[in-house]
Amino acid sequence: MREFKLRTPISEEEIRKLSIGDIVYLTGTVYTLRDAGHKRLLEMLARGEKPPVNFEGMAIYHMGPIMRKKDGEWEAISAGPTTSTRMEAYEYDVIEKVGVRLVIGKGGMGKRTAEACKKFGAAYAIFTGGAGALGAKAIKRVPAVYWYDLGEPEALWVLEVEDFGPLMIIIDANGNNYYEQMREKIKGNLEQAYKSLGI
Amino acid sequence: MVEVRTSPHEFEEKIKQATVKLLMAAAVYLPKDVKSALEEAYNKEKGELQKKMLRAILDNLEIAEREKRPLCQDTGAILFYVKVGEKFPYMGSLPRILREATAEATERIPLRPNVVDVMTGRNTGNNVGKYLPWIDWEVIPNSDEAEITVMLKGGGSEAVSMMKVLTPAEGLEGALKAVVDTAFEAGPKTCPPNIIALGIGATGEIAAKMAKRALMRPVGERHPDPAVAELEEKALRAINLIGWGAHGMGGSTTALDVHIEVAERHPATFAVSVMVYCWAARRATMKVSADGKVTYPSHRFLEKEVVV
Repeated sequence: MREFKLRTPISEEEIRKLSIGDIVYLTGTVYTLRDAGHKRLLEMLARGEKPPVNFEGMAIYHMGPIMRKKDGEWEAISAGPTTSTRMEAYEYDVIEKVGVRLVIGKGGMGKRTAEACKKFGAAYAIFTGGAGALGAKAIKRVPAVYWYDLGEPEALWVLEVEDFGPLMIIIDANGNNYYEQMREKIKGNLEQAYKSLGI
Repeated sequence: MVEVRTSPHEFEEKIKQATVKLLMAAAVYLPKDVKSALEEAYNKEKGELQKKMLRAILDNLEIAEREKRPLCQDTGAILFYVKVGEKFPYMGSLPRILREATAEATERIPLRPNVVDVMTGRNTGNNVGKYLPWIDWEVIPNSDEAEITVMLKGGGSEAVSMMKVLTPAEGLEGALKAVVDTAFEAGPKTCPPNIIALGIGATGEIAAKMAKRALMRPVGERHPDPAVAELEEKALRAINLIGWGAHGMGGSTTALDVHIEVAERHPATFAVSVMVYCWAARRATMKVSADGKVTYPSHRFLEKEVVV
């Protein structure tokens, strides 16, 4: 198990060093982006409009937080990942068009995302699903929020994180997919499970 | 002699505040049985990555408890399961009280606003909407108490819920196959290790209701019918043969437990429903007596705290 510390913006060279199963701790700027955020971003780009933040070399996080406003500043209360498969339909285009370097979520992503990671030099990592309190502890500041009209979970939150992790690389910039490989490896166990039930 | 009585309004306010506390308990403190099962999984797994994932889960629980933060940001669809005695004096007020408590808890704990209008996509902002919070009723004869259990059901694990009406020929075998297939296809998406429930009944909604009820049973507790209990054991072993493990890292703990609830069926139908709970299987129970005494059987330590 290899461990890395990364800081945003992340270069293509840095991301290409990572392999599936590597652990990363991330410091810098992370943008949250969920279903509605992905959709709006791509619609804006299609209309030739400029997104509110520059994603080049940055990390996006599939996450809808619990936030609280205290003395005029947003504070992250709980901030773990959401299931990434819902974003599969959008992620290739997002990686291609805005230059995202690291996608963070949970549960895995599919072939199109893996293809984009390989082609444009990006990676997909998971943070432990459900670990909202642990995730929030890594968020030191919430400098801004955009698209709040989408609702608190779906808005684009700007997060300043410090040693955010453990993040585990599931898709690397060679297009390898840890979960795809795991699925192939354990597929045969299904027969064994049926047999144990007399099916 | 003047009899001193709590006014109906004061009583209702008391239940409301107790419900806010119930929601806080569910969001912050994972039930003891689930926590112990996760600790056991951590001790059992050998791989570095598996241990790393389970460690993060346990660290997360500790932070949540220490700082009273919701342990997961997805504080779920809020589902109340109410067993109300026919003589409980405030039965008719409960729906309003539970809705008001939900809105207040959303602000105070805070919970994530998770109620979205189907037609416009707008978030209501306070976790209250049509049929949310969901309230499931069971009326208990000859009782004057109310027992209220809340589940905070996250979207990721609910996304793989299934209901299908099998033929009687497919029967139990088909039902068990549905359980194993659901766990295999869910893979890492449902935040394993999971609690997996199977409900069986005459119609789709009965099966689904049985499955949800099964999810509420504590980890390690078996069905009172030995034949059903044996199926639970067998299904649990089968799922853990698959090998997904915690968060799909590979390993022997894909499920913490399997629970089955069975209703009678129709001669022509064999309705099954499979439901999955993420490891963050948040539930809490409170009891309210007719004279307003509140206890928290699932979170006894809260009974000493006066202020939420």
